[in-house]
Amino acid sequence: MSADQVAFLVLAPISVGAGIAMLLQRNAVHAALLLVVNLVTVGIFYLMLAAPFLFAVQIIVYAGAIMVLFLFVIMLLGVDRAEPLEEPIRFQRTAAVLLGVGILAELVTAVRAGVGFRALGPAAFAETGADTAALARALFRSYVLPFEATSVLLIVAAVAAMVLARRRPAPATAEPEGVVDAEEAAPEEVGA
Amino acid sequence: MIRLPLVLLFSAALFSIGVYGVLARRNAVMVLMAIELMLNAVNVNLVGFSQLWRDLAGQVFALFVIAVAAAEVGIGLAIVLLIYRNRETIDLSEVSLLKW
Repeated sequence: MSADQVAFLVLAPISVGAGIAMLLQRNAVHAALLLVVNLVTVGIFYLMLAAPFLFAVQIIVYAGAIMVLFLFVIMLLGVDRAEPLEEPIRFQRTAAVLLGVGILAELVTAVRAGVGFRALGPAAFAETGADTAALARALFRSYVLPFEATSVLLIVAAVAAMVLARRRPAPATAEPEGVVDAEEAAPEEVGA
Repeated sequence: MIRLPLVLLFSAALFSIGVYGVLARRNAVMVLMAIELMLNAVNVNLVGFSQLWRDLAGQVFALFVIAVAAAEVGIGLAIVLLIYRNRETIDLSEVSLLKW
């Protein structure tokens, strides 16, 4: 058994376990930290699957930036809010478990039919030049247009997030008790 | 060298966990995190097949998925903040204004 395989067999249960623990976690901060564990292990899988650049992107973008965003919002919304246990839809959790297991069974069947569990592993990718330079060549030669479209998407998303999350100025009729009060009152008026 | 079926089974498990999370959790932030889990499972598949076929298109696509996921999280969390500001809750079962 190669070192890669040992590492996979050690990390895969950790990754799946972190995913399951994340969903069973009541505390959102703990769940976010478990998701970080999951993302880091997935990043290591990228490394083992001959995608070193994606490993770096996974750590920087996912485990770094996106998780900080999640934690920021969790902190903004208050960390000590417990999710109620009763189900608004009857048997919601049971149905979710059934659907999850069903999709898992379906995917396993598809893998079995498509690739076969005993298929030989692909030969190492390294000698064909699957390094970051090759990825850059592919990205900037064959996929320039999608790449530029992605940059437009990110700009639009950033602007939209700022516009959406912007606090509207307090209405002029608000009582001049202080800026904080006026800002606190504004959302309630919108909600009502 | 990891055998591809192992990778595929792993990503299938990850995806199913994400499906459960999206369906069962009611905290909007948790649902977004479960979606991240599913996107990651898809990425693992893409990278695995990219290695099998020795084609970098899979890795490029995974890169795009990550970029789109970043945009999605930004917008999604802004919407969650907005819902919280307007309705004082992020419980998805109470955000039912458009439900018949």
